[in-house]
Amino acid sequence: MDIHISQGDGVPIYLQIVNQVKYLVASGRLAVGDELPTIRALAERLVINPNTVARAYRELESAGIVAARRSAGTVVTDTGSPLARRECVNILTERVDALLAEARQMNFETEDVLDLIRRRDRAIRPRPEEK
Amino acid sequence: MIADIPENREPVVAIRDVSRRFRTKLALDDVTLSVPRGVVFGLVGPNGSGKTTLIKHVLGLLRAQTGSVRVFGRDPVADPVGVLSRIGCLTEDNDLPGWMRVDELMRYMRPFYPNWSDAYAEELRQAFGLEPAVRIQELSKGQRARVGLLVALAYRPALLVLDEPSAGLDPLVRRDILGAIVRTIADEGRTVLFSSHLLDEVERVADHVAMIHRGRIVFDAPLDEIRATHRRLTVRFPEPRPRPPALAGVLAWEGSGREWSAVCAADAVGLRAAAEATGGSVVAEHDLGLNEIFVARAGAVAARAEV
Repeated sequence: MDIHISQGDGVPIYLQIVNQVKYLVASGRLAVGDELPTIRALAERLVINPNTVARAYRELESAGIVAARRSAGTVVTDTGSPLARRECVNILTERVDALLAEARQMNFETEDVLDLIRRRDRAIRPRPEEK
Repeated sequence: MIADIPENREPVVAIRDVSRRFRTKLALDDVTLSVPRGVVFGLVGPNGSGKTTLIKHVLGLLRAQTGSVRVFGRDPVADPVGVLSRIGCLTEDNDLPGWMRVDELMRYMRPFYPNWSDAYAEELRQAFGLEPAVRIQELSKGQRARVGLLVALAYRPALLVLDEPSAGLDPLVRRDILGAIVRTIADEGRTVLFSSHLLDEVERVADHVAMIHRGRIVFDAPLDEIRATHRRLTVRFPEPRPRPPALAGVLAWEGSGREWSAVCAADAVGLRAAAEATGGSVVAEHDLGLNEIFVARAGAVAARAEV
């Protein structure tokens, strides 16, 4: 599981884990039934307090994204719910806001940005003959 | 792990009203602190603030001039064996016998500790990449710190005490030290007390943080609580101001002209209202890292001292 802790921006570490797991689930890199590392293993890997990992897992559990299974540790239970969808929207909103702020500073109109998004969408879409 | 039922509810370390004077300098000024069982307790403070003096009291290296120190319910000066046999300790100067080889030191230390585990000591030796036949004085500073850590951990002490363990060490050794803290606490019921001025590290591993400055405890609370009570509010005023307004609960202001931001240790809602009463409006509110909280707190102590 690809999780990194960055310090200095004031986001509590437990919340960074929660957000990144949500992101991994929302982007399909964690699927239903996938197992999260044990609390101890993730704490040792990230070199953070195990209580912090436990708190993040509790938070994810109460959000319905993972469930603690006595036999199989903590597993992903939910990816397609409105909640995961809402997470996706939240993640995208943040990125769009950053993009718009940057565009405004460079004197780009929103229309220009939309044009650019459409052009990039066409550019990165897989071509039919490659399928 | 020794099960001491009567001690389970007691704090592992209880320091009460301890003051300490070195000639004219007041190194500790009426310090009361308790380290609950099973937590990672981070002690932070600028250089010379009293961290090491406090830790020396815990280890029984200094006798309390006033007040009392109890570790596992015992006085570490009166009962050094009873206390030190249950503490693993790594200090900044880390004085190990330089003429001993790594394997000799391991054999030498074993009889002092009934719980010493040869298997665990060997596991640590390999994990730290320590050659058994090398003399300690020939090791790098980082490798010497790893030897100190091995000796502190090999008997799985109920309390691990680290005084500025990371000072002057490279990131790889620091990671081993933090890893040792994490593993110690992951084993149910064990406790860690460590001092550091590397606040990123404290923030990663501590459950509870106390800040000491000029010998006094500035704050002492669970890390979550400290982070929840300290926030940064940015206030925009209609007119440029030469200086920010005086508001209760603000530890430090920075800014200029129309925008000033305050680090506050109060309920943000009340402060928001107070800022608005001065004609400003709050344009942003942020969480703070331990670093910023520390700087603001230290600045506030200095400002009070000048008044």
